[in-house]
Amino acid sequence: MTTPALELRQITKRFADFVAVDRVDLVVPKNSVVALVGESGSGKTTTGLLALRLLGATAGQVLLNGEDITSLSQKQLKPYRRQMQVVFQDSYASLDPMMTLGEIIAEPLGIHGMGGRGERQDQARNWLEKVGLDGSYANRYPHELSGGQRQRVSVARALILGAQVLVADEPTSALDVSVKAQIVNLLQSLQTNMGLSMLFISHDLSVVRSLADEVVVMLRGRVVERAPTDRIFANAQHPYTKALLDAVPTINPKARRRRTFLSREEIALRTPRFRPEELDAPPLIDTADPQLVALAGSHFVEAIVAERAIP
Amino acid sequence: MALVEIDDLHVSFSQHDGLVQAVRGVSLSVELGESLGIVGESGSGKSVTCSALLRLLREPPARITAKALRLGDHDMLTARPREISAVRGRVAAMVFQDPMTSLDPVFTIGHQIAETITAHKAVSQAEALAQAVALLKRVEIKNAEAVVRYYPHQLSGGMLQRVMIAMALSCEPQVLIADEPTTALDVTIQAQILQLIKDIQTESGMGLIMITHDLGVIAETVDRVVVMYGGKVMEAGPVEAIFEAPLHPYTRALLNSIPGQTPGKQRLTEIPGSSPNPTHPPQGCPFHPRCPMAIAECSRVPPPLEVKDRGRLAACIRVEPAMAAA
Repeated sequence: MTTPALELRQITKRFADFVAVDRVDLVVPKNSVVALVGESGSGKTTTGLLALRLLGATAGQVLLNGEDITSLSQKQLKPYRRQMQVVFQDSYASLDPMMTLGEIIAEPLGIHGMGGRGERQDQARNWLEKVGLDGSYANRYPHELSGGQRQRVSVARALILGAQVLVADEPTSALDVSVKAQIVNLLQSLQTNMGLSMLFISHDLSVVRSLADEVVVMLRGRVVERAPTDRIFANAQHPYTKALLDAVPTINPKARRRRTFLSREEIALRTPRFRPEELDAPPLIDTADPQLVALAGSHFVEAIVAERAIP
Repeated sequence: MALVEIDDLHVSFSQHDGLVQAVRGVSLSVELGESLGIVGESGSGKSVTCSALLRLLREPPARITAKALRLGDHDMLTARPREISAVRGRVAAMVFQDPMTSLDPVFTIGHQIAETITAHKAVSQAEALAQAVALLKRVEIKNAEAVVRYYPHQLSGGMLQRVMIAMALSCEPQVLIADEPTTALDVTIQAQILQLIKDIQTESGMGLIMITHDLGVIAETVDRVVVMYGGKVMEAGPVEAIFEAPLHPYTRALLNSIPGQTPGKQRLTEIPGSSPNPTHPPQGCPFHPRCPMAIAECSRVPPPLEVKDRGRLAACIRVEPAMAAA
């Protein structure tokens, strides 16, 4: 097995008594897109910050290209920052309004002491074009751009250091419908052409379906299901995943239906049950509590393992 | 007579760098019991249209002109401030995107709903509070007696939006205007709120205007749709017809660009370019710079909104009435 681009092992983040992220395992294989989905408060953004080491973990490990970066100091982390970068949701807040786009995109090169001044500006122009903007935009300021154009600039700045791992936290959520598709396509072609590995954090299941190889579903700090994208959409096992999928609005007015909504308690009551022989691998621990178990087809779900399945 | 009637509405804002033409000739109507969706992207003029209808814009800088701007029997163009406040809440009530900024953090939920009631009806404070509890029950808040004593920060976003809906219903309006009511909510909560709004509309028989950027919300909730772009109506018609066979190239492009419609990792159909600048809108059709079907004439004259098929209108010279009927 090749080394994953990014791996989280039993990563945990506690804020005082609140467990925001609870023993999460996550693997982003090289050259693939893993989507982390869930609703507000699920811990998906915190997980992204932990992966980026923008937040220190309470327990667990972060591995970047197989190297444990969990306990490195900020200074020791600096070379690793070149390998892993981030794009946030709000492109307005993440671009300095006093800097030109050329300066913004070239800034990481300066911080990492790469190239001379002129060379950095050339590269910035080059990157503007790679993300679909005219090179002449280098002299413009963030406020002169639309939301979609600003998000292109964020992507250029994230990738100019040659990062192979990108964490994208809701990069399309603030965008208009007609522009969202442009940014999804941009991320997709950069990913394919440059062999990027991406952790795509989103609440938008429609975008996830078009972009991700694998989907990881989080609920209250825990991973409750993980499977290849098509399996999640065709054969979700966890009641929470099913509820999420069911809530997505249809775009066919003829397919309108009344929905039944499950409370958290009802979701917990419907935790799937499997007999040990139904699993693809033996359960890791012998417990009556729900745990993440392996089903056929690289499909993992939080379930109760019991000798007799209760219908 | 229509409950809501807007004819040739223009709204502009004078700013230091010029005149922002937010709405440029919008016409629409809503009947009692009918639900209308206004769908458009940011800057399309969808919210400004409804804010102008309720005269919620500060004038100046806003400037409103129209051939007709009516709510029930009220002429909103000539109405004086007293009449306007009487209309708000009683004839038309509005629910906004962000309930947290619409509610005052230092007063209880019950106090704020009661305040709306006493502002419009001659009832005692105790009676208003009792009505507040009943309203919270109507929006399916289970422990309504307790929730009236809560402060806004003690409730989740979904619960707050239910409170906003309760407040909007407090004076039994004839039309509910919901401006992106679920945009800030999680997808499972969105589905619940949309279902609640639909149920209440059906039960009460009031009119509904749903303003949204989300075609999914439109497909789920309304009977009729107005598609706006660059301050103009591009297309209007029954919801099923528009989703099944959109007439206007913009509507078609929007529908095609929705991600996740079919399984598998795939490129999306994007709309090139970006939305028009409202200070300098393009000549002619606002969509022509991004339109795959545009011809020279599209950049010269703005196309009129015309009937192209039964109950269906579009503002596009490339859509022939005959073609549409086929």
